[in-house]
Amino acid sequence: MAKQLSSPNRTRPGLFQKELIGTAIRESFIKLNPAILVKNPVMFTVEVGTLIMVLVTVYIGVTGDTTQGSLAYNLSITFILLVTVLFANFAEAIAEARGKAQAESLRKTRQETPAKVIRPVGEYKLDEVQTISSAQLKKGDIFLCEAGDIIPSDGEIVEGLATIDESAITGESAPVIREAGGDKSSVTGGTKVLSDRIKVMVTTQPGESFLDKMIALVEGATRQKTPNEIALTILLAGFTLIFIIVCVALKPFADYANTPITIAALISLFVCLIPTTIGGLLSAIGIAGMDRALQANVIAKSGRAVETAGDVDTLLLDKTGTITIGNRKATNFYPAPGVSQTDMVRASALSSLADETPEGKSIVELARNGETDVTRNLSTTGATLIKFTAETRSSGIDVPLPGGESLRIRKGAMDSIRAIVQRAGNVFPSEIETKANEIAANGGTPLVVIENEAVKGVIELQDIIKPGISERFDRLRKMGVKTVMVTGDNPLTAKFIAGKAGVDDFIAEAKPEDKMNYIRREQTGGKLVAMMGDGTNDAPALAQADVGVAMNSGTQAAKEAGNMVDLDNDPTKLIEVVEIGKQLLITRGTLTTFSIANDVAKYFAIVPALFTLSIPALQALNIMGLHSPESAILSAVIFNAIIIPLLIPLALRGVEYKPIGASALLRRNLFIYGLGGIVAPFVGIKLIDLAVGLFI
Amino acid sequence: MTTEWMGVIVTYGITVLLAIPLGKFLANVFKDEPNAFDFMKPLERLIYRLGGIDPSREMNWKENLVALLTINALWLIYAFVLLLTQGSLPLNPDGNPSQTPDLAFNTAISFLINCNLQHYSGESGVTYLTQLGVLMFLQFVSAATGIAAAVLLFRSFMPKPVETVGNFYVLFVKSITRVLLPFSLVIAMILAFNGTPASFDGKDTLVTMQGDTVGVSRGPAAGFIAIKHLGTNGGGWFGANSAHPLENPNYLTNMVEMIAQVVIPIAMIFALGFFINRKRFAWVIYAVMTVGLLMLLVPTILTELGGNPAIAHLGIGQPTGAMEGKEVRFGPLASAYWSIVTTVISTGSVNSMHDSSMAMSGTMELLGMMVNAFYGGVGAGLLNFYYFLIIAVFISGLMVGRTPELFGRKVEAREIKIASIVALLSAFLVKGGTALAAWFFIHYGDASWAVKPSAWLNNPGFHGFTEMLYEMTSSNANNGSGFEGLGDNNFFWNYATGIVLIMGRYIPIIGPVAIAGLLARKKYVPESAGTLPVDTPTFGLMIFAVIFIITALSFFPALTLGPLAEYFSLK
Repeated sequence: MAKQLSSPNRTRPGLFQKELIGTAIRESFIKLNPAILVKNPVMFTVEVGTLIMVLVTVYIGVTGDTTQGSLAYNLSITFILLVTVLFANFAEAIAEARGKAQAESLRKTRQETPAKVIRPVGEYKLDEVQTISSAQLKKGDIFLCEAGDIIPSDGEIVEGLATIDESAITGESAPVIREAGGDKSSVTGGTKVLSDRIKVMVTTQPGESFLDKMIALVEGATRQKTPNEIALTILLAGFTLIFIIVCVALKPFADYANTPITIAALISLFVCLIPTTIGGLLSAIGIAGMDRALQANVIAKSGRAVETAGDVDTLLLDKTGTITIGNRKATNFYPAPGVSQTDMVRASALSSLADETPEGKSIVELARNGETDVTRNLSTTGATLIKFTAETRSSGIDVPLPGGESLRIRKGAMDSIRAIVQRAGNVFPSEIETKANEIAANGGTPLVVIENEAVKGVIELQDIIKPGISERFDRLRKMGVKTVMVTGDNPLTAKFIAGKAGVDDFIAEAKPEDKMNYIRREQTGGKLVAMMGDGTNDAPALAQADVGVAMNSGTQAAKEAGNMVDLDNDPTKLIEVVEIGKQLLITRGTLTTFSIANDVAKYFAIVPALFTLSIPALQALNIMGLHSPESAILSAVIFNAIIIPLLIPLALRGVEYKPIGASALLRRNLFIYGLGGIVAPFVGIKLIDLAVGLFI
Repeated sequence: MTTEWMGVIVTYGITVLLAIPLGKFLANVFKDEPNAFDFMKPLERLIYRLGGIDPSREMNWKENLVALLTINALWLIYAFVLLLTQGSLPLNPDGNPSQTPDLAFNTAISFLINCNLQHYSGESGVTYLTQLGVLMFLQFVSAATGIAAAVLLFRSFMPKPVETVGNFYVLFVKSITRVLLPFSLVIAMILAFNGTPASFDGKDTLVTMQGDTVGVSRGPAAGFIAIKHLGTNGGGWFGANSAHPLENPNYLTNMVEMIAQVVIPIAMIFALGFFINRKRFAWVIYAVMTVGLLMLLVPTILTELGGNPAIAHLGIGQPTGAMEGKEVRFGPLASAYWSIVTTVISTGSVNSMHDSSMAMSGTMELLGMMVNAFYGGVGAGLLNFYYFLIIAVFISGLMVGRTPELFGRKVEAREIKIASIVALLSAFLVKGGTALAAWFFIHYGDASWAVKPSAWLNNPGFHGFTEMLYEMTSSNANNGSGFEGLGDNNFFWNYATGIVLIMGRYIPIIGPVAIAGLLARKKYVPESAGTLPVDTPTFGLMIFAVIFIITALSFFPALTLGPLAEYFSLK
């Protein structure tokens, strides 16, 4: 299951690809447009400051009046402020460009492909196949796909069965089977039909598929701010307002102290103090979060969904495929008292010969590998297959015997079989019951086999728990997420596997509505619930869950109901999604802390610089020993500007989430980004000052 | 020296020892659980009946705020009218005149909002009627308003989602009948027995050894001084406040007054802990506030004990520390302790002249008022602490990767908006007000006002700047202590500080109560392993960092130009 997230045709882009940088730089200038920038109040005020500085510089250039400082000094400040805005724009642009590149590679899978659409033609409504371009497909159209065709659009198989290569989307090379009806009826545009032929109905309007939605989200076109992002923007705007007050009030204060303050110094102080670092990186962080989800092959319908994932308290996971490897395997046959081993094995094998389920196949396989191959002489010609249903919870076969009689073989869960046996007036042996319970208690699944309502024995099926899964649950527990295993097994088996895999809770003998009820109950208690599902009967639960991840292979209904789609069909993906959500919030929080903590050093650089000429005693506050007032201000502004591009990689990659408990994580991040945020600019400004001092 | 240190340590120790059981008692009172003062019930019932109050009616945050603001507005009008006409009303043995409209406006507001800025002097500016009927009355009701408003926050910490946050009237009445009134009575008795006057007679006269006849103001002062401290009001009966020998006769009364003013603010923290049954959380808040107090107190004490460097430069020894502006009966240590205690909580009474404090002490006094949440005024301290708490919860929630929540309730955009507004209000009022004053002083020094702006300051330069900054800070913090040396009884200062006083009082009440009301009705999310616990030292550190950063960023430049410039120049 440890699948590579990247596939050959969709390599994960490096942080700064050359071609992306070109686009991003161009975009940085386009984003200077105040109408766009006003959405980011912090950077907008920097732009206003830059504009004022341009006017001041022009004034000095024209009049030669140097009461506001030299032309070169003012020009430098203006330039650095402009660069600050550009850096912030660049951060957003590079995140968008990466998102677009990511989306572009997905879009390649939906290049124009010919679609063989089936149209009713003529008086007799004879279906005729027309070949049109995939772009012309409309919702409700039915098209035909044969071996070798690229599927032109997302849709649902209405007729037929096919093996399909989905590697273009998932990176998984093994072909998968998709067929009409049931939970595996969905196909994705861009994948390739390898065998057989299917008729597919288009389920989405062109441009409205999940992928299109995701592409728009990553590109930033329709990206809406998430609730946490809005709250943070408000807090940052609050800080910005405080600093407007501080800087405006400084003018009369300075007049009182008989100190002339230049416009350049005042604006520099302001720009340094307002949280430009986080302000410049905020939207880049958001886009990068969506981008990371996409890299994990998860299509989120909104940024909010990803963020909510970080808050999830309870995680519902299907046992099969998530916690255990694929399917259960038969490991033992236990005959009932008075039944020979061979007799028992033969009945078991017969019941499973026509059974296409993995369990059934494993029973036949085990029967073949016995001392004598009992399956050789078996035949199921003319037999009726009895399929497994959730209601009967048993399956089997009716084999006609010469003479009109038929041999009725059933296998299934103990309680349902017992009901059948007892209804027929037969005795259900207590030895079998004991054995079955023993198997269940050891994590196996007992399947009781009966022939003509008489018990033949019990088959032991064993689950194999995925290696490494209990570590993942441990990690989730440390994150504060409760894991719940959903299984159709009986409570004893479920308990054993739950204990072995390390999940916190389980729902045994689960029917679809049990999932729904469990989710509701958790939500009533104020919990946020995430679940993964694929089938149509999962749709209500997916819609009810706060984070519903539908598998791409699942039905259209399931995909509509959830708020994310996992292209890899990997049930453990939820864990990644939760971490991406947390990372998103952490990156915002830590960079905000860093940005605000930076201000301490900036005050110590600029405030003494403003006043030491008229109040020499304040030189004592120049603890960094900066060269001169001009160099101090320039250094602070330069530091303020270049910290943005320096942090872009962190913003795009995201601050690492460590499941070490909330308090420990807070301590760690406070230490790195809080204390680090106080210390770093002292060092940075001093170094820049040493360099700037060479020129002044 | 050891005795002096012991005096302060014992004073603080007694305060905390009293505050913990008092906190438990307060929680009982506000939870309506049986307590020792249930005999007050008939009186309370009478008040409810007279006021037409239904004590069983629970109100939501909006209704509570409407109730609080309406009743405050009524008291303002009442106080304003009486102060304007006091000269011709009874109980005026010394024949003091009525107040001018701007002074009456300022005085009425500043007592209404628990500040007691006092741009007048008690001996000549008010009469016994207004001292008792207006000022002392307001000292009781303003303290009770603060306590009641703070208790309105408590429900937002509790697990059950509720629409209502309590009944302001009931909390208010009980604060008076069960806390302020009985405890003031005890304190007043101690003061009276130690020499504080409690008489309706007018001025006494005495003949000094030089043969001069001196008029000595008196009055029913003991009760006034008791509630002045217990309710963190701070307005003195006499102009010299608690430096006055009749207002604060000896070291014992000094201790009593110091204990009285801090005990309720500390008890309110523990009351919160008992009320919501989270004692650890209360201890974290207490620890944060106490560390804050110590960080201001220790430098102040050391500076004051070190004496004035300017005098040291003259070669004069100062074995008792800096004594300018201090009372010999208290000494520099008890004076330093008082000066910090009175500024961190919003009392603003003084037993030494802050104008004469060393520059570093002045910085600490200013910082105490700028933060205004290290214990803080009765109720007001918790209200102020609450918005810092919200911001801390928000940032740290993000830092651990979870939508921020406070005791199971999500903190979202609306709460952050309100907290941000309250947080930037201090900066706006203090810096805006000081900037305006500095602007007039420099650019319109000769404006033809009754007192020319250029004549405001006794000490120009850095110290003069500090005087203006201090006055605005004190007003915004509803502290009421004055740096003095500032000609403040005039048109500009009376109105400017009056406006700062109103906004500095009511917005920090409305904001936190609104946040609490919004949070209280939100869905409660039970705590899990992923929840960030707020009752840990780590989170305490986080709150402290938020308080420190917001205050430092808002006020560093102003402090630099005032007390810090003076400090570095004197050094």
